[in-house]
Amino acid sequence: MIELHHVLIVSAVLFSLGVFGVLARRNAIMILLALELMLNAVNINLVAFAVYLDPGLIVGVIFAIFVITVAAAEVGLALAIVLRLYRSRSSVNIDEVNLMRW
Amino acid sequence: MSVELAMFIAVSALAIAGGIGVVIASNVVYAALFLLLSLLAVAGIYILIFSPFLALVQVLIYGGAIIVVVLFSLMLTRQSGEAGNLDVKHKPIAAVAGLGMLGALVATVVATSWPESAGTEPVGFRELGAELFTRWAVPFEIASVLLLVALIGAIVLARPGDDPESGGNAPTADSGDEA
Repeated sequence: MIELHHVLIVSAVLFSLGVFGVLARRNAIMILLALELMLNAVNINLVAFAVYLDPGLIVGVIFAIFVITVAAAEVGLALAIVLRLYRSRSSVNIDEVNLMRW
Repeated sequence: MSVELAMFIAVSALAIAGGIGVVIASNVVYAALFLLLSLLAVAGIYILIFSPFLALVQVLIYGGAIIVVVLFSLMLTRQSGEAGNLDVKHKPIAAVAGLGMLGALVATVVATSWPESAGTEPVGFRELGAELFTRWAVPFEIASVLLLVALIGAIVLARPGDDPESGGNAPTADSGDEA
């Protein structure tokens, strides 16, 4: 039988990997991939809490669907920005984008 | 150990292996494919915790749409040499932050006493649809407007021509406007 804390630990590992990826990468697309890992960890948590703690109510699953929707919108916009960046800088490394840094 | 738990451990190991691949791969395309592996394994986790609809959505949207878009943009933004180096220089600090996060989360999960797990019924498609189109109908419509706005925004942003940023004081700003 799968217990709740097994699921939570798997999602904690995935979330931490995402945190590491966001901090350790300098390629903007790689940062986006790590961000997707974190969003997935959050989704696993939402679904696990919905199924284990609140059976019958499926609010957590609905929330996960909305998170996936927003993640799709986010990826589309972010990749458009990355393409724009590549066109003007010939690079997608975030440490070279310092126009708005003071 | 029950069969479910063994299967759960197997798909979790796949998901975590894919995640490790995403953050350490030195080739962008491999990283995207590792992400695909991880996302499909997460769909397996959804099936094992009784949410088959989410597993379906996960495979369709992440496996089908998002990975393809990411691979396309990787193709369009190819870099090589020094600029193709994917990682920042202060990687150990990032590793410490990630491990600290992991330690804090796992400690919290282990220290909390969770109530007895009650749910064993799969989340039905019928209930999910009924709930989504009655109680959550307004957020649902707002989500559709959000997707439309994101679509238009992405088209406007990625459209070639009228590049306003040819000035700017960044060192590489004058080398790259080809539009």
